[in-house]
Amino acid sequence: MDQKKLAIIATKGTLDWAYPPFILASTAAALDYSVEIFFTFYGLQLVRKDLSVLKVSPLGNPGMPMKMPFGPKWFRGINWNMPNAIQAIIPGYESLATVLMKRTISNNGVATVHDLRAMCQEADVKFIACQMTVELFGFDHSNFIDGMEYAGAAAFFEFAGDSDICLYT
Amino acid sequence: MNFDKELDARGLNCPLPILRCKKSLGELGAGQVLKIVATDPGAIKDFEAFAKQTGNELLSSAQAGGEFTFFMKKK
Repeated sequence: MDQKKLAIIATKGTLDWAYPPFILASTAAALDYSVEIFFTFYGLQLVRKDLSVLKVSPLGNPGMPMKMPFGPKWFRGINWNMPNAIQAIIPGYESLATVLMKRTISNNGVATVHDLRAMCQEADVKFIACQMTVELFGFDHSNFIDGMEYAGAAAFFEFAGDSDICLYT
Repeated sequence: MNFDKELDARGLNCPLPILRCKKSLGELGAGQVLKIVATDPGAIKDFEAFAKQTGNELLSSAQAGGEFTFFMKKK
């Protein structure tokens, strides 16, 4: 049987949306798929050397539960919904939400983005960064982890064109 | 059941139990058995799916006291 192929386009650069591409890529690799991820636009943040740029923003995201990752059970169960207008004017709200999200992630035995990304690399998942957006956003290749390839849309289609699964994340 | 290696995946969440399992199987020879203990309730379906897709044989899967125990035979 030919090896199956998974092609992923990663377009989002926040802590929460870093998970889908890396979880699916690492799992597919464990299932013996050949995997490529094409990082473009904000997705480029996922392959930065410094992942502390990844934050989560509850602003304008009504689907995001805002619960505390500590304290007694009744306290953890409270959903701290806050109007957008208030979130927007509190300095550091995004950083606070990010700290709480990271705590929740580790409480639940979920891997860090850094670890998942490393596991993808260990499993030979190929990372391609969109050269056009690298330039558009004023990045330099030195901003990104080693082992990246830099190419454009045509290179993506070369792999995605005969992939078994193709995802846009 | 006899096994050649044990993987403690308790407290780990998706996709870590599967990724660790894959890694541990890589350290075994064909026909050897890996025992996996996990607490992720999604693991039951995931290990079945992993076995089906990779050709490794899931010899048994059992649940007791919030823990799931699997025996996986390497292809």
